[in-house]
Amino acid sequence: MRDVNEAYGRIAIEQLSLRVGAGAQAFEAVQDVSLTVAPGEFVCLLGPSGCGKSTLLGALAGHLRPSKGGITVDGVAVNGPHAERGLVFQHHTLFPWRRVIDNVAFGLKMQGVGRTERHRRALELLRMVGLQDFAGHYPAQLSGGMKQRVEIARVLINHPRVMLMDEPFGALDAQTRLMMQQLLLQLWAQIRTTIVFITHDIDEALFLADRILVMSPRPGRIIEEIKVDFARPRDASLVTSEHFTRLKRRCLQLLQPAAAELPLERLSPLGAKPSGQLQFSI
Amino acid sequence: MSALRINGSEALRWGLRLASLAACLLAWQWAAAGRINLGLLTFQNVPPPSEVAQAAWALLHSPKLAQHLQASLWRVFSGFTVAALAGIALGLGIGRWKRWEDVLMPPLEMLRPIPAVAWIPLAILMFPSSEMSMIFITFTGALFPILLNTVHGVEQIDPRLIASARSLGGGSRAIFLEVVLPGAAPSIVTGLSIGMGTAWFCLVTAEMISGQFGIGYYTWASYTVQNYADIVVGMLVIGALGMGSSMLVKRGGQALMPWHQQEDKT
Repeated sequence: MRDVNEAYGRIAIEQLSLRVGAGAQAFEAVQDVSLTVAPGEFVCLLGPSGCGKSTLLGALAGHLRPSKGGITVDGVAVNGPHAERGLVFQHHTLFPWRRVIDNVAFGLKMQGVGRTERHRRALELLRMVGLQDFAGHYPAQLSGGMKQRVEIARVLINHPRVMLMDEPFGALDAQTRLMMQQLLLQLWAQIRTTIVFITHDIDEALFLADRILVMSPRPGRIIEEIKVDFARPRDASLVTSEHFTRLKRRCLQLLQPAAAELPLERLSPLGAKPSGQLQFSI
Repeated sequence: MSALRINGSEALRWGLRLASLAACLLAWQWAAAGRINLGLLTFQNVPPPSEVAQAAWALLHSPKLAQHLQASLWRVFSGFTVAALAGIALGLGIGRWKRWEDVLMPPLEMLRPIPAVAWIPLAILMFPSSEMSMIFITFTGALFPILLNTVHGVEQIDPRLIASARSLGGGSRAIFLEVVLPGAAPSIVTGLSIGMGTAWFCLVTAEMISGQFGIGYYTWASYTVQNYADIVVGMLVIGALGMGSSMLVKRGGQALMPWHQQEDKT
């Protein structure tokens, strides 16, 4: 949208290690990761379940503190969540008590934008994701795919320098997932923001990304970088091309050793699950 | 065809329900009118429903009813309101901040197992006016369900919602008002509804002991002056008031949380 945005969104991660959990249960989820992402680039982090890719995303969002190393976005150190680093979860986090339009406008409300103006801009975003007719609905009235579209619109209204996506389409059925992937590429063509996208689906990574970073099983390290240079705009026929199959085979080989091991529990961008149970009963 | 059959079975079910109710009334009438004595249990002093209906009709046309209702409603309203304000405020603080929890929970946990009714003698000693002591008992009864449900409501808020709000630029004030408060609201309404029930329960007991007006006093006084039919009328009025005010709280909650019904449907 803004031309100046083109130069925004450079991510630099240097020798980052992340520990998750407390006390004796703590473990190293991410080990010594260094990478850079160019402004406006679409990067997919591909790796087996539990490899620490979501943990890495949580640190980028500012919800987790590194145990070693650091992250900067456009030269500014990340030390907490910020509207300039939008986060999309696998399962939507829309506020059930807010109508769709007010969910999308939430970021603007936080900036102190007036109600009329924020509704106007929220409607604009809803139109971009094709949900302008659902502005007055509550999230519970929407399907899974629609909720994720609202979630993405809610992040994009802030014009973030980077959009961090944690397997955002992982819980959707195959048909909806494909539709969402195409929509995401469309949006990204319009709002040129840097995207870091977590997935364990090789086809998804190849279809979306400029570059794939393959991660090893826990502790997560980056073991391979794959440039994905298919022409854009991409459509579904890409998936059957020979070049696609060749890259896919390479990804499969890289992920193969991991598949032999026991699958690990999925990690969250917010760290370990809180173990504390309720202190009182009713 | 099938719609007809459903309607038919629906009518049958309603018929059964009404018949069951009528059977209970008849059994009561039979036992009371016949002064049945079962040894362990006797109906010799129990008024039959016909007498109760007459007594209810008489009370309905007497100026006493308004006086008793006014006294009870005022006590419940004030005790419950203070309990709601204190319970919600403390519950939000305790659920949100560890410091509040550490400071406030130990004394509250100590007081919680004591039934509100057990406070009555001490309350009479602590408050010079019996009116205040009854309001205090009502307050104590309503406080804990409201407090604990509020704490529970805050603690069960999905941490991802709070994380999302922060990633969208929300500060701590906004997170409190936009996420914590509405997130805990359904649980708070549940607490208020339970608290309303216990408030009536505690009030009636307190009135029986130290009241001079009020529906609990009326019920107990009817026993002491041997107006046995009035006892049952008092019981019925108490039941209706308790149910009515709990329903009012629930309706109020539903009106404030239109989204909650949408969630229930899915």
